[in-house]
Amino acid sequence: MATKPKTAASSSQGGTRSRSRQSTGRTATKTPVIAEFSKEEELVAYHDMLLIRRFEEKAGQLYGMGLIGGFCHLYIGQEAVVVGMQMALKPGDQVITGYRDHGHMLATGMEAKGVMAELTGRRGGYSKGKGGSMHMFSKEKAFYGGHGIVGAQVSLGTGLAFVNRYRETDNVTLAYFGDGASNQGQVYESFNMAKLWKLPVIYIIENNKYGMGTSVERASSNVDLSERGASFDIPGEQVDGMDVRAVKAAGDKAVAHCRAGKGPYILEMLTYRYRGHSMSDPAKYRSKEEVQKMRTEHDPIEQVRKRLLDKKWASEDELKGVDKDVRALVGEAAEFAQTDPEPDPSELWTDILR
Amino acid sequence: MPTEILMPALSPTMEEGKLAKWLVKEGDAVTSGDVIAEIETDKATMEVEAVDEGTVAKILVSEGTEGVKVNTPIAVLAGEGEDVSAAAEAASEETSEKPQATPEPGTEKAPSESANAPVAAAPKGPEPASDPEIPEGTEMVTTTVREALRDAMAEEMRLDGDVFVMGEEVAEYQGAYKITQGLLDEFGAKRVIDTPITEHGFAGLGVGAALGGLKPIVEFMTFNFAMQAIDQIINSAAKTLYMSGGQMGCPIVFRGPNGAAARVAAQHSQDYSSWYAHVPGLTVVQPWSAADAKGLLKSAIRSPNPVIFLENEILYGQSFEVPKIDDWTVPLGKAKVVKAGADVTLVSFGIGMTYAMKAAEELTEMGIDAEVIDLRTVRPLDIDTVLASVKKTGRCVTVEEGWPICSISSEIGFQLMEKAFDYLDAPVARVTGKDVPMPYAANLEKLALPSVADVIDAVKAVTYTA
Repeated sequence: MATKPKTAASSSQGGTRSRSRQSTGRTATKTPVIAEFSKEEELVAYHDMLLIRRFEEKAGQLYGMGLIGGFCHLYIGQEAVVVGMQMALKPGDQVITGYRDHGHMLATGMEAKGVMAELTGRRGGYSKGKGGSMHMFSKEKAFYGGHGIVGAQVSLGTGLAFVNRYRETDNVTLAYFGDGASNQGQVYESFNMAKLWKLPVIYIIENNKYGMGTSVERASSNVDLSERGASFDIPGEQVDGMDVRAVKAAGDKAVAHCRAGKGPYILEMLTYRYRGHSMSDPAKYRSKEEVQKMRTEHDPIEQVRKRLLDKKWASEDELKGVDKDVRALVGEAAEFAQTDPEPDPSELWTDILR
Repeated sequence: MPTEILMPALSPTMEEGKLAKWLVKEGDAVTSGDVIAEIETDKATMEVEAVDEGTVAKILVSEGTEGVKVNTPIAVLAGEGEDVSAAAEAASEETSEKPQATPEPGTEKAPSESANAPVAAAPKGPEPASDPEIPEGTEMVTTTVREALRDAMAEEMRLDGDVFVMGEEVAEYQGAYKITQGLLDEFGAKRVIDTPITEHGFAGLGVGAALGGLKPIVEFMTFNFAMQAIDQIINSAAKTLYMSGGQMGCPIVFRGPNGAAARVAAQHSQDYSSWYAHVPGLTVVQPWSAADAKGLLKSAIRSPNPVIFLENEILYGQSFEVPKIDDWTVPLGKAKVVKAGADVTLVSFGIGMTYAMKAAEELTEMGIDAEVIDLRTVRPLDIDTVLASVKKTGRCVTVEEGWPICSISSEIGFQLMEKAFDYLDAPVARVTGKDVPMPYAANLEKLALPSVADVIDAVKAVTYTA
């Protein structure tokens, strides 16, 4: 077996490499995949990532004001992952993730208003205020949560892929989880069944380098998480998760693999969260310099912005206009989330059984 | 000294079997390891190997004989240098003196000998009183609980293409306890799915499939193994409807044997009724009779909610009358008065009913008229049926195999205190499994389980007739 444990040093630069491994798990190639985007694609990516960024900033603000309670895990820094992957999907493809889920919901097209109102626990929230930050769903957008138990969504997502195969559709399921979840046992139980039954599921490991406060190097014997499917013969790739184009290209490839009935695929997205694990995490386990370096050198939104300006596909003013629209949308959502009433007390007793 | 070959016990719960076929005849020489016979149990057909060397002197039980008790001598083997015909003669004399097998160690649970034991696998269980749900004149078919469960799944799978069954050994092996026997042949590998031994994973996969719109039946080989999967059952299956504000239903059935079997020790002998009954969002069923097993399983599969369906290995082989009605279903959440009575209410469910029914029978002889209620569903608890009975009798004894602390009995006792305090003529008594991990030793296991005598003692206490 040619799994080469990587040293901490060789993998710590984050977000700049792309490499793929063939399905035998024996050969490794280092061919960075950068698919050029059209102007339209760049603009869509810019808008969608910015929406997540501004939404999360606002959520952080509302949390600080005591309007959002409980746990609140922000997605700032990781926007390229969900936006790039969503660009590779078609209607009917399902998405499921863990509790750092606001970005995924916005990417699938769920409304900012409904998400924000759920964060503040109001009746207009996606779960009528009964789920909160970690538990939102949309049948319409094929978003299946929003799960609070680390790794549980991997088995659930494998079940959604099972539905696709059972119903003989060519839809695929994206099951997102973090580097932390990648050490949970049920992840491997799911890998095994997915490969055994050729289920159309893409396992997307969002490696933001820390499972809460524990770095990947301190938690994982082999830090190349794209190799985690090796003993199940599931092909895996490391992707620069800070570059939305690389994410989209990897997504296209994985989606095609699944739609062709070849079974599961693993994408390890090398990404980074700028904020703490949750709002209550001071993030003392990493240096300010490390965070700053990622923000200035690899920011996913800045990369798109720079390309749009360099290619003269958009002017500064036009991009400011996008930002203004996004801020207005988020502002409206925040306003709604503060004025919408709390759920009726009778809701305590509803939705327990059908 | 000729050696007797005894009818072997081929599973923990086997008490008798059919001697399907002899593969040797009198006069044949055998060495240890030779297959000498085939024995059919209610679960499988098994080969029997010779343990000793010698010559088959006499075959005592001819092939095709059914109901051969475990440990009955089935043949005699003459050892090296022994006179075969003398051995055969000695054997026939001996067997004619005691035609019946002696009570054997390891079969303490044999039915009629021991009133305290759960009813054995083979004979018909006590008949439920006439069920008001069954129309007069309905033809009744004698059916084992095992067949009833299989029929329920097959019927629902015929009706609804979204229903499928998955679990360990459910397909090609035909079910570890033969509950899924024949389903693979009828429905194919797409809908009858063998899983790897990976409870947490396949429970989660099943829940995901249910969230996605299918109707999985997930079989646990036993509910003991579902502890590996309990996070998915509770956190994902039971809570998602609520967490999603009513958007995501989870129509799934988790089923399999639960509770003590026979001599399988602590890790394989736990009753999970109260564990799951604790959880809002779950429906928890534990049937006793075959008619209820069938009707309730069909209802469970149709339920839009997650249902925990707790079966019992010892009940699998018991026969009951099942009404021959197209689409026989039994409503979830409804208890049944199995025997009407005036003096005391016995409340039980699942295999607990075997103790309750036997005790009621003996109590009748003592002049105490017990009413027996089979809860059938333990969540939601049909407390109204219990209340109506206790208001009439003024006394209540609960019977269950699970541990006493935070048990179904605890819940019933508390609710009776809340809702029928003024009607009670004695404190509610409970008969439960003892508060210990299940021991292996036969005598200790028997002590750890409830018994008919325990039920009778409790009834005497609450009726002040001790």
